[in-house]
Formats: sequence, structure tokens, C-alpha cells
Amino acid sequence: MAALRSTSRFVASAKPLFRPSIFARSYATVDPAAQDPSPSETPRNKTFHIYRWNPDQPTEKPKMQSYSLDLNKTGPMMLDALIRIKNEIDPTLTFRRSCREGICGSCAMNIDGVNTLACLCRIPTETSKESRIYPLPHTYVVKDLVPDLTQFYKQYKSIKPYLQRDTKTEDGLEFRQSPEDRKKLDGLYECILCACCSTSCPSYWWNSEEYLGPAILLQSYRWLADSRDEKTAERKHALDNSMSVYRCHTILNCSRTCPKGLNPARAIAEIKKLMAAH
Amino acid sequence: MISQKVAQQSLRRLAVQQPYAMRWSLMNSASPAAVAMGRFMQTRQAATNSKTSDPTKILAQQRLNRPVSPHLSIYRPQITWIGSSLHRITGFALSGALYLYATAYLASPFLGLHLESASVAAAFAALPIAAKVLVKGFMALPFTYHCMNGVRHLVWDLGRGITNQQVIKSGWTVVGLSVLSALTLAFL
Repeated sequence: MAALRSTSRFVASAKPLFRPSIFARSYATVDPAAQDPSPSETPRNKTFHIYRWNPDQPTEKPKMQSYSLDLNKTGPMMLDALIRIKNEIDPTLTFRRSCREGICGSCAMNIDGVNTLACLCRIPTETSKESRIYPLPHTYVVKDLVPDLTQFYKQYKSIKPYLQRDTKTEDGLEFRQSPEDRKKLDGLYECILCACCSTSCPSYWWNSEEYLGPAILLQSYRWLADSRDEKTAERKHALDNSMSVYRCHTILNCSRTCPKGLNPARAIAEIKKLMAAH
Repeated sequence: MISQKVAQQSLRRLAVQQPYAMRWSLMNSASPAAVAMGRFMQTRQAATNSKTSDPTKILAQQRLNRPVSPHLSIYRPQITWIGSSLHRITGFALSGALYLYATAYLASPFLGLHLESASVAAAFAALPIAAKVLVKGFMALPFTYHCMNGVRHLVWDLGRGITNQQVIKSGWTVVGLSVLSALTLAFL
């Protein structure tokens, strides 16, 4: 029966009928050789200071806890170190992570003073230098390295991050745009909303209630710049106040810190130009 | 894997041929395959109703306990934000000094101070050379830095020179030029 079901596939691809590798697959295990590639080497211990705060003990102040890892046995990225600490040293350490390849934005945190994604941040190989890991700056801490991003997401919702149109195309097909118009969205659509830039912005630190912050403004511009969107005037009107955009004082920490190499500062400058012509 | 597939297929065939027998057999023992086939309707209600309580209230309540993560004290000093904060500080200092001096100048006849240009110039001329250079340099550096960095901000507002490389380069250029021009002014 099993063979019947996939007959057409086998005919089409002419692969061997019996593929033992599939049936022999078991759970992924850690290869001991990979875990310790060079046992003869001297251990390269590096210290990591990590911000800890436990909501179950709210009266206790946040503290820095130190962990030491042998870099020979650790993966190359900061996220590898965090996962190893959680797995092997301290299971109570709490942080967000998901994709481990810089596309989900979960592991955004402040590493050695700069906001970045732990999964895209190499561990500095200098063992004499100690690494310090904090949650995203000036956010409410849920636990350890987990920040509360409710306000951030609420602000994202407020800019209506979707295509708004009243009219249909003449032929009733999809909304098309020229390659030139599509090109305007490059450097904008790649944003993964990790909040690294917004939480690196001193202006956002002091005004996060009303100032939208670089990430949300980049998204704002992504819809303002889209040739298919018909609500450009409304979008501009929504931004036309002293707080939403103009708390940006071109400090430019945002572009400096973006782990995806985007340029929120340029997007905000373009918004300001659009607003000036408004 | 093969055995699972075979079981699944035979169950499916049974369901087609003898639906009633199938139902009975399923009632007695719901095999995982049958569940997966959907004979046992798995009901999973999607949460379509929005929550009645205002989520922001919960958030505000939780925030009472939550600490704010460290910010200024831990962020790495970079030319971007350090330069920007210096721009602000020098701006405040320069305008503050101007307002202070102008107000004092207005009030000086009533307070008996001598702040006329001639007397200030005479007082300054009486200072030793080192103090002169120091005072002039101290006044000139905020001025030159603020002016040149201001030009940078104007260029950024045109949407130019705003890539990381350009920002870093122009930042250090402004630092260098403002120090040089402040020294020049101090020794004039």
C-alpha cells in the first residue's frame, strides 16, 4: 500500500525503490566528535555576565550572573553559548529564540553594549574579554533576557501595516507595479521587527509612549513608498504631529545597530521629506 | 513507517466499503491513524472573540512589578549617540550662556555690574596668556563643534550621507575639524 501511494513519484524520478536511510532515521543526537573537535587543545574559557531578574521574586533587584564556558565546546554564536548555558549549567536562564538564523528576530538583546540578534552575533574569540548580555535597553523586563514588546507591537498595529486600496485594477487581476517601483521597497521589506533599532534609540527610550521609533517608522515608510497603496495621504496625516516622527533627532543608533543591515534612519529622513512636501 | 501506512490505508479502505463497521471499530478503539483521518472529528475552537478586558490594563498592572532594563549606562559609546548628545549639550550651553550674559547685560546698570564691551575687553586683556587661551578655547570648542555638526544634520535632512560608513566618517571628521578650528580660534 505504501508503495502504491508513491508509485507516480518513483516513476517520475526513477529513484531506487528502497531507501533504507529514511527508515533508519532516529532522533537527532549530538555527535560527540563534533561536540569536542579538539580535545587536545587547552580549554578556552570565556566568562559571560548575564542580566537576571525573576518575576517570582519581584522584590529582588535585577543582578548580573556570571557563567564560564569553554569556547572549544561551544558553537560560534552567542545564541549557542546561551543555549549551552541553559542546557548544561543553569536551566532557569530565560531568553527567546526560535530560528537561529536571523529571520525571526526573537533573540534580539544587548550584547557587549550593542543591540543585535544573538544568533547572528559571533562570540568574540578573545577569552580575556568578558561578554555582557542584557535585555533590549529601556524595556520592561518580563524575565531575564525577555523584554515586554507589547507597546512595540501596538505601535506597529497603529500604522496599519497592510495594503490599503479602494479601487481594483482595470483587468481585475493582481495589483502590479513596475520594477522601478518595486525597487523602492528593497531595504524596507526585509525588516523582521526584532526591535533592535527602536530600543537602541535614546529618543525612543524617553518617548516610547508616543514616538513610533525607527522600526515602526521604517515600516511606515514601506507602505508610504508602495506604489500600490492608495492611502498615502491618510498615512501622512496620521504621522503629522510633533511626536510620531519628529522625536527622531537623527541620532542614527538605529542604522548602526540593525542586525539585518537595513537603514531605518534613511527611511525616517525620507518620511520627513515627504511630510515637508505634504 | 511502512506498518503505519499500511494500517492507515486499510482503515481508509474499510471506511469506504463498510462505513458502519468502521464506526463501531473506531468507537471501541480510536487508533491514532483513525484520529488522523478525521473520523473522530477533532474540534478545536479558534479564539475569534476578542478579550473583553482591556489588555493594556493587564500590561499596566504587570509593569508595576517589572524593572526597566538598563540603557544609557550599558550602551556602547559610539560616535552616533555620543556625538548627538554632545550636539545637544553644546547647544544648551551656548544658548544658555548667551541668554545668561544678555540678561546680565540688561540688568547690569541696576546691579552695579560693569558688563559693557569695553570693560569686559579690558578685564580679559589683563588675564595672563595661558588663561586667555584656555578661556577662548573653552568657549570656541562648543561653538565650532555645534556649528559643524549642525551642517551634518542639515545634510541628513536632505536624505544624504546617512549610511553607516558615511556617518562614522563624517562624525570623526567633524570632531577633528572642530578641535582644530577651536585651537585656531584660541590662539588668535
